[in-house]
Amino acid sequence: MNSRLDRNPIADWWWTIDRALFVLIVLLMVTGIVLGLAGSPPVAERLGLPTFHFVIRQAENLVPAFLVMFLTSFLTPRAVRRTALIVFVAGMGLVVAALLFGVEVKGAKRWINFAGIALQPSEFVKPAFVILIAWAFSEGGRRNDVPGNFLGFFLLFATIVPLVLQPDIGQTMLISMVWVSLVFLSGLHLFWVFGLGGIGFGGLFAAYKLLPHVADRIDRFRNPATGDTFQVDNAVQSFVEGGWFGKGPGEGTIKRILPDSHTDFVFAVTAEEFGVIACLALLSVFAIVVLRGLYLARKSEEPFCRLASAGLVILFGIQASINMAVNVHLMPAKGMTLPFISYGGSSLISLGLGMGFLLAVTRKRPRADYVDRFRAEDDE
Amino acid sequence: MARSFPPEDPLLHGASRDAKPSGKKRRSLWSRLFLTLFSMRLDKSGHRLYVAMLAFMVVFGAISWKLATLANLPDEASTKIFQPDQIAKARPDIVDRNGIVLATDLKTDSVYAEPRRLIDKDEAVELITAVLPDVDARELREKFTKKKGFVWIKRRISPKEREEIFRLGLPGIGFAPESKRIYPNGTAAAHILGGAGVDNNGIAGIEKYIDGQGLSDLAGAGLAAQPADLTPVKLTLDLRVQHALRDELMKGMDKYKAKAVGGMVIDVTTGEVIALASLPDFDPNIPGDALDPDKINRVIVGTYEMGSTFKALTLAMALDSGKETINSQLDARSDLRYGKYTIGDFHPTHRILTVPEVFIHSSNIGTAKMALAVGVDGHKAFLKKMGQLDRLHTELPESAEPQVPKYWSELTTVTVAYGHGLAVAPIQAVMAVCALVNGGNMMPPTFLPRSQEQADAMSVKVIKPETSEAMRYLMRLNAANKLGTAGKADIDGYFVGGKTGTANKNFHGHYDASKVFTTFMAIAPADKPKYLFMTIMDEPQAVQGTFGFQTAGWNAGPVTGAVIERTAAFLDMPKRFDPPAAPFPTMVKLGAWGTK
Repeated sequence: MNSRLDRNPIADWWWTIDRALFVLIVLLMVTGIVLGLAGSPPVAERLGLPTFHFVIRQAENLVPAFLVMFLTSFLTPRAVRRTALIVFVAGMGLVVAALLFGVEVKGAKRWINFAGIALQPSEFVKPAFVILIAWAFSEGGRRNDVPGNFLGFFLLFATIVPLVLQPDIGQTMLISMVWVSLVFLSGLHLFWVFGLGGIGFGGLFAAYKLLPHVADRIDRFRNPATGDTFQVDNAVQSFVEGGWFGKGPGEGTIKRILPDSHTDFVFAVTAEEFGVIACLALLSVFAIVVLRGLYLARKSEEPFCRLASAGLVILFGIQASINMAVNVHLMPAKGMTLPFISYGGSSLISLGLGMGFLLAVTRKRPRADYVDRFRAEDDE
Repeated sequence: MARSFPPEDPLLHGASRDAKPSGKKRRSLWSRLFLTLFSMRLDKSGHRLYVAMLAFMVVFGAISWKLATLANLPDEASTKIFQPDQIAKARPDIVDRNGIVLATDLKTDSVYAEPRRLIDKDEAVELITAVLPDVDARELREKFTKKKGFVWIKRRISPKEREEIFRLGLPGIGFAPESKRIYPNGTAAAHILGGAGVDNNGIAGIEKYIDGQGLSDLAGAGLAAQPADLTPVKLTLDLRVQHALRDELMKGMDKYKAKAVGGMVIDVTTGEVIALASLPDFDPNIPGDALDPDKINRVIVGTYEMGSTFKALTLAMALDSGKETINSQLDARSDLRYGKYTIGDFHPTHRILTVPEVFIHSSNIGTAKMALAVGVDGHKAFLKKMGQLDRLHTELPESAEPQVPKYWSELTTVTVAYGHGLAVAPIQAVMAVCALVNGGNMMPPTFLPRSQEQADAMSVKVIKPETSEAMRYLMRLNAANKLGTAGKADIDGYFVGGKTGTANKNFHGHYDASKVFTTFMAIAPADKPKYLFMTIMDEPQAVQGTFGFQTAGWNAGPVTGAVIERTAAFLDMPKRFDPPAAPFPTMVKLGAWGTK
């Protein structure tokens, strides 16, 4: 397409972004539509909507998601930080607004209607939060005059308190895990790493003790006889019945009784219709994205870019892993979507934003570019 | 993958550089510790990224491994819908000796649900109960919410019901072809056939016996799914005789107001049971009908004191042992006193009797004296030999242990001699009497065909042929002589011989003279017996025409006579208008009482 000699912004972009990541993300987006064709019609029919309602909606949402990703990937690290800050502040504002004025859906206030569009603001907070944490820790590690570490801690609490209040334990867990990973990657003393691990377990234990639905889910996982494990049983049955090669597109039957066949359990539907082979292929794509991202982070010499890319890719990887692990019953049931594959408009756009940030911070840049800039900043 | 970073890289080393004690400033231990604990060492992030990669590889690896495990699991739901023991298997037909079907399989459909595949359980419950009103909606809903892959909704529905359920078009509802056991003759041979349960397993009688012969294994291995694949099981029963026997017993039970009756027709030369009935009986087509304890098979499962019928055994023993001959004289002038017990005769004669007279007058005193002549040990050994002290097993799973007195004294011998104090299953007594009259060959009764050669090969010689002739003679005499008790069964032209038995029923150790158990055994023709007919009656009453008697000669006797008259034609026993020329040559030669 573009010659390397071209210096127009598009050509520049094409030659400096990580094309492997870009291609894999686009592949996931397309796969999401294809698997949506399998997983969403039963839900649409159950809700009395047109058969392909969710597929069409997903495709419609894919356009802004792709645009967000594409545009964000042009940003310089500095612009990334600024964008993240704006998105974070706006997102948190909406999270709080959702808490105060939102509609309660399935016992949680997560949604807010914004110009006729239902938004889940906590989705947008996630990538922005990662960027801000990476920023704080990279500054905190590099300079003593910025209270980076303190800011990092403060951001975590500022973010998860409203989320716990919603309550949205899934997002809280995800954000905490990414945050802990970033603390770990920032080189904080192992004492803290283990200490935070302990706090994490303590938090989980507190959630188990204090929040009945969390306790219920964990009990059900540990001892399936204690309660209704309908969803997970059916999900597991999907893998068993699908076998290696699946029943064929549209031939699935268990998907008809899986309540969240278009979101949380789309992986199981994939297995039933396309086989475990397809699941392994999908899992490989996620794995390659994650490992490629971490490799790029390793290669990056700029602390912010390193932490930001690692954080974004860990966010993405943890979310995918938890979803797949729940589907194959390696983990207690947890409402976690499979990035780009599960249906969800806010989630898709948020993923576009996150992946856009990832592409932006993993872009190849001449080293002198930022060294000089930092030097200049240092000298100020 | 990535090149290593020089340690002096200023960008990644900011904090550690600061943490070092720079300059000459001396820092306290606490502040150093503080700095170490709180400083961010970005230079460490490179190694830690490898840790993160490793962690993800482990997680993704674990998920892949679990995926592969699940893919390799056998798909139970679609390949193995049923547990093999759940579906009713095919059973072979059961036919009588003439090939008439006694039990057969009917193809039906049973409707089941796979609750996991049901989309709308409430809708399914509603629609199904509309078609099958006898299915309880609440129970069905409970079944559907169970975490089972398979539940029956209703077994054996009609084709119309099947069609209606099929038309509901409910996913997760299916039909399984099943076999339903049908007994076209209803109650006719219920006790012998037994029955099959809801899964078509034999639960009693010959049905259970068939299962024991390996049918279960065959069906379990997926073979023999069709009844046509199975060879019909042929029984020794003759449905015509069976029906006549049951019918006559029924009439007898009504007429004499008996609590229960039983009867049997057996081929004395081979031990083949031609007919066997016990009333009240049940209809094997109705599940659970057989469970009423009053409907047991009294001929096989009941044990009774056989009364005077047992005298035949005692006489045979005495004659066979040589202690007595057919011409021996026994003093029946006075009652036999034994400790506090006095043994008297029902038809007292108060004179000296010959052996045939003892038999036809059914003298307790004479019989007891004969048994005493043989002695306790000889008596016990003889009864043991005749199979009266051990449980008798036939093909039927049902059997009864005889009630043998724990302590066997001379008094026991005295009472057992005339059939009290030892309770046996009627079929057991029949087996012994068969041996007494067929020349002395004892073999267990059977419900499966047995040829004469097989019978000869398996039979045991228990008495001498001369003794057997004497027994035939005595039984014939008992029927033919006007003094005998078996006259009511002497049907013209069949040369019948017989022995009655009336036992007072024992309630908690005391005999109640008003409640009797009567038996009658008839042989025909007595010169060369082919069949033995037995009737037992539990508590028959003295009714009009019996002159106040409730003894066997007045109830079991005439019933047996009616059975003989009615079934002789089926039994290939032509009526003889002239009595046989020399039926008992030895008896004549010995000049036995009654031969002149």
